[in-house]
Amino acid sequence: MADDNIPRRTFLVGAGAAGSAAVTGVTASPVVAAADSAPAPVATAQPDAWLTLNPTEAAFVMAVVDTLIPADELTPSGSACGVATFIDRQLAGAYGSGARLYRDGPFLKGKPEHGYQLALTPRDYFRAGIAATNDWVRKRHGKDFDRLGEAEREAALKEMEQGKAEFPGFSSKEFFEALLTITMEGFFSDPIYGGNRDMASWKMVGYPGLPASYRDDVKTYFNKKYDKPPQSIADFV
Amino acid sequence: MATRLKEVDAVMVGMGWTGAIMAREFTKVGLNVVGLERGQDHIPGNDFMLPNLRDELRYAARLELMQDNSLDTITFRNAPDEFGLPIRRFGAFLPGEGVGGSGNHWGGLHWRFLPTDFRIRSVLTERYGASAIPDDMTIADWPVSYDELEPHYDRFDKLCGVSGKAGNLRGQVIEGGNVFEGPRSDEYPNKPLKSSAGGLLMSDAAKRLGYHPFPIPVSNSSAPYTNPEGVTLGGCQYCGFCNRTACEANAKASSVTTLMPVLRADPRFELRTRAFVSRLVYDKAGRRVTGVVYTDLRNGEEYEQPAGIVVLSAYVFGNTQFLLLAGIGEPYDRATGKGVVGKNYAYQFEAGAVAFFEDRELNSYMGAPGQLVCIDDFNGENFDHGGLGFFGGGYFAGGSGGSAPIYGRATPHGTPRWGSEWKQATVKWYNHFVRFNTQGSVYANRDNYLDLDPTYRDALGRPLIRLTYNATDNDHKMSRYLLEKLEGIIRAMNPTSYEMHPRPKNFSIVPYQSTHNTGGTMMGSDPKSSVVNRYLQTWDAHNLFIQGASVFPQQHGYNPTGTVGALCYWSAQAIINKYLKSPGPLVQA
Ligand SMILES: Cc1cc2nc3c(=O)[nH]c(=O)nc-3n(C[C@H](O)[C@H](O)[C@H](O)COP(=O)(O)OP(=O)(O)OC[C@H]3O[C@@H](n4cnc5c(N)ncnc54)[C@H](O)[C@@H]3O)c2cc1C
Repeated sequence: MADDNIPRRTFLVGAGAAGSAAVTGVTASPVVAAADSAPAPVATAQPDAWLTLNPTEAAFVMAVVDTLIPADELTPSGSACGVATFIDRQLAGAYGSGARLYRDGPFLKGKPEHGYQLALTPRDYFRAGIAATNDWVRKRHGKDFDRLGEAEREAALKEMEQGKAEFPGFSSKEFFEALLTITMEGFFSDPIYGGNRDMASWKMVGYPGLPASYRDDVKTYFNKKYDKPPQSIADFV
Repeated sequence: MATRLKEVDAVMVGMGWTGAIMAREFTKVGLNVVGLERGQDHIPGNDFMLPNLRDELRYAARLELMQDNSLDTITFRNAPDEFGLPIRRFGAFLPGEGVGGSGNHWGGLHWRFLPTDFRIRSVLTERYGASAIPDDMTIADWPVSYDELEPHYDRFDKLCGVSGKAGNLRGQVIEGGNVFEGPRSDEYPNKPLKSSAGGLLMSDAAKRLGYHPFPIPVSNSSAPYTNPEGVTLGGCQYCGFCNRTACEANAKASSVTTLMPVLRADPRFELRTRAFVSRLVYDKAGRRVTGVVYTDLRNGEEYEQPAGIVVLSAYVFGNTQFLLLAGIGEPYDRATGKGVVGKNYAYQFEAGAVAFFEDRELNSYMGAPGQLVCIDDFNGENFDHGGLGFFGGGYFAGGSGGSAPIYGRATPHGTPRWGSEWKQATVKWYNHFVRFNTQGSVYANRDNYLDLDPTYRDALGRPLIRLTYNATDNDHKMSRYLLEKLEGIIRAMNPTSYEMHPRPKNFSIVPYQSTHNTGGTMMGSDPKSSVVNRYLQTWDAHNLFIQGASVFPQQHGYNPTGTVGALCYWSAQAIINKYLKSPGPLVQA
């Protein structure tokens, strides 16, 4: 069966017991399966608690970041790098609630040149996008996105990326771009925001992070590989 | 009812680059000045510190230092027959907010325009005939010459501690500097920054092709420097975070680093932050403004601040909006071509390229914009436009540096954007690419302008300013020509691979391009064709002076702020030497 080798979430609570997700062990894994889901969820590194994502959304975000940033010899998976935590925190905070976004109406449909024109906050936009993606996936596969095998997840995201996935009344391509953007922000930003755990992405590309005072280094490392390990903002407080 | 405050000699609307320069010039001669700024104060030793400044998410992605769109934004459309929609989150350009304005997070590339730029319509007419200039290209000569501005360019260079190498010292052409520049009265105050490895590759190739490469001039002192105000700037740390972030080393010049320390200590200057100016008080019959009205965002109270002189220093969009709201000057009517306020909005037409070098360690994250190398062979009238089918041009810059990983990654075209293959390519190329940019002019066009939006409003209930702008055929042709020439240089650098990035047909508000917006309150020699005279005094209110790139008749192939600063000093000199002695029009209409 195609599902056999999908990474699964740690099974924490029984069907219908979603409310008791707080009972967690050392792995601190409150993600719960959607009530109707048969397969067991899996262990990947996750936050102690989700700030805003509901269980279905958390499972979705984990599955997306693990597909966009798969575990391989270069880094652990996106969720193990904290990217799902990052997204949860961003959506729960000022950014997610639409800080600095002009939100007066009328809200009219624009051209792509006009940029974002919806009344939804980023939090609500992701809520709608996750629901639309899961609806679309369920129609084809009979289950939510996070329950798909790796190859199917990749194929689904590719269809969204190319704008071929038809979500009724919702742009799959735009939602894919939003997912990709926030995932990359989480993967590459300073670990203080919850993503890029252990500076995994910085180690991967050879970005030294802080303090980034290269006054002498621009000479010493002219045409030469820089070899110092990275440091985060947190290493300086 | 607004509470009426005690009259002051002068009030600044906006405390970014231009507000601070004018405030300083005025207090120096004994005027009492109030600076109104709607954003927060910025104290370098408190707000701009390590380690938190090195935070790409906070500053580059979440745009902490930029204008808060939720309080005020602008609407945008590509053409006059479209409906304008609000920019809900800034993208293409990023106006700043708070004391220091966009100067806190600018790149600091510090340029002068060419002597021919100031006479562009005349020069094109002389060289190619009047009929060569298309009817819809509404370019104009500046009412001030390079020679007149030169001493003021020099003052601004010295205030900022610009690092660079002269290419023309008092008429003597010097190889290694920009041989195309107008004569400079003095060398740059600081030596150039050390060029990046990528920049030097470009420099070698450009030389072989017979071009004239030089290190880009930048407001980033290469060594500690004390400016004529007595303020000491630090030496650049090559951190790579100039754009969108402030500078903890105080090496990057901004009004916060170069002038505010002096103003803060001066009892004749009073700074009021969170003071959102809503309108000018215009005495039409008296042909003057009596003051400004603002809302104190901390208590919701409205105040009227009477002033002898009002300086608009609220950036391009704000400056234009204030005039339209007050009914000062005739609004531009695109249908008839009459009117001037909002006319000749222009921008910077940037295009670029990236080249990959498998075998070179370029440490793309290290370094400052000042490590770029550029050529100016294809700017303005530095080359013959005969038979080319377009006017204008721009400089090319190239180099490695400043590529923090959220935005600064590059992989060759065709690489997937995610997944394991993407990761491998990202690792392979992250430290091995050079970026290029062509900084193209935008010659004003009849269809590109600013007016008041009929639908959307800001937090104070004012109509938003509406931008109608698209890239013209002329500018597309110009840019394609520059890219062809740039491609020749890139090939000569012998990269593993490269790709050219021309601009899409339509201007879009989404991807960042440049915060080099210009026009809307253009300067000129008569009230029929301009909003302000050569001293930046409005024709219709003699005590109202407008500062910033809103006074540009069009945008040339250089970053604007060098010229913006020079114009401030030029205008301040006229106000101090002439206007204060006999207040009234400095140029007879
Ligand atoms: C990312 C970036 C990079 C840049 N790089 C370069 C570069 O390399 N070289 C270059 O030449 N230029 C560059 N610029 C442009 C440069 O920053 C501006 O040209 C310069 O700051 C303009 O000065 P100003 O005084 O006109 O406006 P600002 O410095 O922006 O100041 C305007 C101030 O007015 C305030 N204000 C506006 N409206 C009101 C109101 N109603 N009431 C009260 N206050 C108000 C604003 O909050 C702001 O503080 C860059 C800009 C950005 C955003």
